[in-house]
Amino acid sequence: MSRLPPQLWVGAGLSALFLTAALLSFLWTPYDVEVLNIASKLRPPSVEFWLGTDHFGRDMLSMLMVGARTSIAVAVIAVGIGICIGVPLGLAAAARRGSWLDELIMRGNDLIFAFPSLVIAILITATFGPSATNAILAIGIFNIPVFARVARGGAMSIWTLDFIMAARVSGKSITRISAEHILPNIANLLIVQGTIQFSLGILAEAGLSYVGLGAQPPTPSWGRMLADAQTMIYTTPRLAITPGLAIVMMVLGLNLMGDGLRDLLDPRIRRTRA
Amino acid sequence: MLRYILIRALSLGLSLVVASWVIFAMIEVVPGDPASFMLGLNAQPDTVAALRAELGLNGSFLTRYLGWIGGMLSGDFGTSYTYRVAVSELVLERVQVSLPLALYALILSTLIAVPVGMIAASRRGGMADFGIMGATQLGVAVPNFWFAMLLVLVFAIQLRWFSAGGFPGWDAGLFAGFKALTLPAIALALPQASILARIMRSSLLETLHQDYIRTARAKGLSMGQATRRHALRNALIPVLTIIGLQFSFLLAGAIIIENVFFLPGLGRLIFQAITQRDLVVVESVVMLLVFAVILVTFLVDITYALVDPRLRRRA
Amino acid sequence: MISIRNLSLSIHGSQILRDVDLEIAPGQVVGLVGESGSGKSMTALALMDLLPRGAKVAGEMDIDGAPLPHGDDKAMCALRGNRMSMIFQEPMSALNPVKTIGEQVAETLIIHGQAARAGAMEIAAQKLTRVGLPQDKFPLDRYPHELSGGQRQRVCIALAVALHPDLLIADEPTTALDVTTQAQILDLLKELVAEAQMGLLLITHDLAVVAGMADHVAVMKSGEIVEQGPTEALFRGMAHPYTRALFNASKHHPERTDKVTDAPLLQVTEAVRDYALPRTSLFGPAPKFRAVGGVSFTLKKGESLGLVGESGCGKSTLTRAILGLEPLQGGEILLNGQPVTPKMAPKRRAGLQVVFQDPYGSFNPRWTVERLVAEPFHLTGRPDDWRNRVRAVLDDVGLDADTMHRYPHEFSGGQRQRIAIARALILEPELLVLDEAVSALDVSVRAQILDLLADLQARRGLAYLFISHDLGVVRGITDRVLVMRAGEIVEQGDTRDVFSAPQHPYTNSLIGAAPVIPSAWQEAQDGQFMV
Repeated sequence: MSRLPPQLWVGAGLSALFLTAALLSFLWTPYDVEVLNIASKLRPPSVEFWLGTDHFGRDMLSMLMVGARTSIAVAVIAVGIGICIGVPLGLAAAARRGSWLDELIMRGNDLIFAFPSLVIAILITATFGPSATNAILAIGIFNIPVFARVARGGAMSIWTLDFIMAARVSGKSITRISAEHILPNIANLLIVQGTIQFSLGILAEAGLSYVGLGAQPPTPSWGRMLADAQTMIYTTPRLAITPGLAIVMMVLGLNLMGDGLRDLLDPRIRRTRA
Repeated sequence: MLRYILIRALSLGLSLVVASWVIFAMIEVVPGDPASFMLGLNAQPDTVAALRAELGLNGSFLTRYLGWIGGMLSGDFGTSYTYRVAVSELVLERVQVSLPLALYALILSTLIAVPVGMIAASRRGGMADFGIMGATQLGVAVPNFWFAMLLVLVFAIQLRWFSAGGFPGWDAGLFAGFKALTLPAIALALPQASILARIMRSSLLETLHQDYIRTARAKGLSMGQATRRHALRNALIPVLTIIGLQFSFLLAGAIIIENVFFLPGLGRLIFQAITQRDLVVVESVVMLLVFAVILVTFLVDITYALVDPRLRRRA
Repeated sequence: MISIRNLSLSIHGSQILRDVDLEIAPGQVVGLVGESGSGKSMTALALMDLLPRGAKVAGEMDIDGAPLPHGDDKAMCALRGNRMSMIFQEPMSALNPVKTIGEQVAETLIIHGQAARAGAMEIAAQKLTRVGLPQDKFPLDRYPHELSGGQRQRVCIALAVALHPDLLIADEPTTALDVTTQAQILDLLKELVAEAQMGLLLITHDLAVVAGMADHVAVMKSGEIVEQGPTEALFRGMAHPYTRALFNASKHHPERTDKVTDAPLLQVTEAVRDYALPRTSLFGPAPKFRAVGGVSFTLKKGESLGLVGESGCGKSTLTRAILGLEPLQGGEILLNGQPVTPKMAPKRRAGLQVVFQDPYGSFNPRWTVERLVAEPFHLTGRPDDWRNRVRAVLDDVGLDADTMHRYPHEFSGGQRQRIAIARALILEPELLVLDEAVSALDVSVRAQILDLLADLQARRGLAYLFISHDLGVVRGITDRVLVMRAGEIVEQGDTRDVFSAPQHPYTNSLIGAAPVIPSAWQEAQDGQFMV
């Protein structure tokens, strides 16, 4: 393992950039995003406003920084929901392979797959009204079967190995084997899937807030910024292009990092490289 | 084979039943009374009571559920509160936009992704592979509705090849209809095609490492012949799963994209219904979307069995 | 006539083959023998020009005096499958799962333009019949997954010989098969060679297979042919020390001291184990498969008991029940008079440990050796001096104390098997179950592990239940043997008696099918060795 995969560097760099911007936005942004300043509306990029201002005179850079915070928070919590619920379910299904429990978990997963996160968001919004929490819930629920499947698939191939049999001969319970032997050996899979779901979460959050089912004004979010910019696409396309590029770079960064991690952690690739 | 289809069909029916419970229950937990929720805060008590009766809210949970299901089975999806027309009529009109759009995008995505993925796999490590992988990496990261805006910017505003939105209706002719759906379909299809092409590539590469490819080579097949005659069909099996999953993403994506292009599809309908608190419409459209997704999963399962003989006798 | 002269091969700069010379005449069987990693498969792939990327080849390879057009894939494609063919070790994965066997055999003919589709299918039917898959039982539209491993290997042979090639390369063609199936496949290959005057390059790790098949033998070690010659002369002569070492290791019988007592340790009485099969009707009860049907035997303290049988005979299922991992549906298993069940007390479980076959799958790759070997302490609680105990048991199996902090991937197959034995011994059990424990090892390493097992048994008075498909190994290390077939024990008795005078026809066929080196050749060798 003499060299780290190059895409890992690029990806981690891009992701770190956005994460820093998001964290920084808690302490400081160039301008206050909740203050409207019509006097300086629609300013092009300048030394004063690096990325220009929108139709309410808000600083685009500040908006993007706070938007990154919203996006990352929604995606992280949604991935967290998926891992915390999906992985134990997947491990349990694999441990009891072929049993009614396995069948129940997998059919439940299939059912959730029939509700794309947008549909879940529609349902939740229709009942409780729109909010960022809805977006988190909708994306998080959809992540559960994803992680359950990955965990189950990875765990099942490990359950067939002899060291599991050895652990059982040593009197270890199924739960203990899952925690001690299975989980560490599928951690790679989960980390890689985690970055993928994280980037999908960013995309989904943008989509939901674009159609008004996510974070509500005045909280800036990248999807909201795009929705606002749409009406002005004839006159000021810059307003639509900047937040879009932010999404693309963030997601690209996460995907590159995921690919890099997979190459780094995949024992098959490591072996051929050695 | 017949047994396999029967079991799949049974599971399809079961999923639909459970899905309908979930949807119905979700709408039921609306804070307060659905009727007053729909009418808003300033409604007169007698209007609320009238709506309650109209919505059939006076029965028990079970009777209402059975009424809803029974109605849908006989084609009666209830009446929209805001539009004052049968929901089935509304939906039928809107489906004519959303479904062709999703299918158009699905076909585009598959037609682009499969050959592109094959080229990348067969030129593995070469310039073509490098270029394709780079382009798909970018494609995966692009939100489809933003891509749609860019398309509008370039092809509608700058080049004026397409109109920026709207739908002339199928009465205006098949060509005019498809032309209006072309930009939306491309916006939907390209990001999905990027994912699919990457999966096609890795699946084909993995298949090319199988022992039976070595057998085929030892038989005297060239690498190209071995790919076409042996690897391709096996490599398509995982791709099929993704195509099935993508349909649900495309349908959901179509709902969002319709907003960019002002298309009178299910998406516009459902978002208007949400803002106007028209729960009857929301409930029915969601059920319809879920039905479409489950049906496609069923069709994918059947196609599996056609591609993979190992499934036919098992199960 | 195929000839290879001065063949050298390197892959990504590391030398794989060095100056290999080999000739294969029509109608001749040439055996290429060596341990894993010796380069025998690479020799075959070099001949076929199917080497992995990054391979660099030097040397001459001719077919009937004309150089093989290596590097020109179009010309090689015209030769492959037509004048030279190859079959591989894993018949389970060597056929395309989504095409019928008829299509796959006919493809050889179609691709070389020898027949149109209809005609090719007809010839395919004849070829499949010829290799022992008659049309009434195995029609052309069967898929590979509907056939057993041996049957699939027959399909591979049919598609390889469909165009009467000058040369057939068989790379470990029977290694993945049971011994009786192996014998049938080898017979078939021998017949085909004689019938079509085809040359056969038989690659194997098994000296006995070569002895029974080949006219000419080449012994390979670390990429070089150390010795070659006519089979009988080579076996009688054993000019090269490596050939002799390989030979001695393959028939190695460890020295054992008899410590069998009369006290019963493990008693299995009428054990029955059923499995539920996938349902055939939607609502009826799932059909059952009886994997073990009423097995009874007793294993005495200090005894070494063999359990032999072919794949699918139920020996693995029986093993899991004996280890107390799965419940029985009938009968009972007693260890020291106490029942063995999945719910038995940890203390009883500690009396019974196991060593598995797979040297790669036996350890959690993320644990150190120290933690791995100490895992069974879960049953008894970790004593304060656990590290010293781990060190002592590693010393017992011949490993240094500094192995404790290393990870499993840093060890060779033989060393891993020593670690597995250490793990099984840490609780000082009375019974050790050895489940194909030496089957995956090269013969020389296998001999060392067998010596270790014999030594441990002598020192610790252990009882062994030695499960294997390999009759030769069982013969060398056990006092008594059980022969299992289709879930039942068909014969049991003293190992010597069973092997010299088998009572059951199945035992007889098993022993008859196992390839052996003719004893006359061995005597000459033994005599020479003693001088």
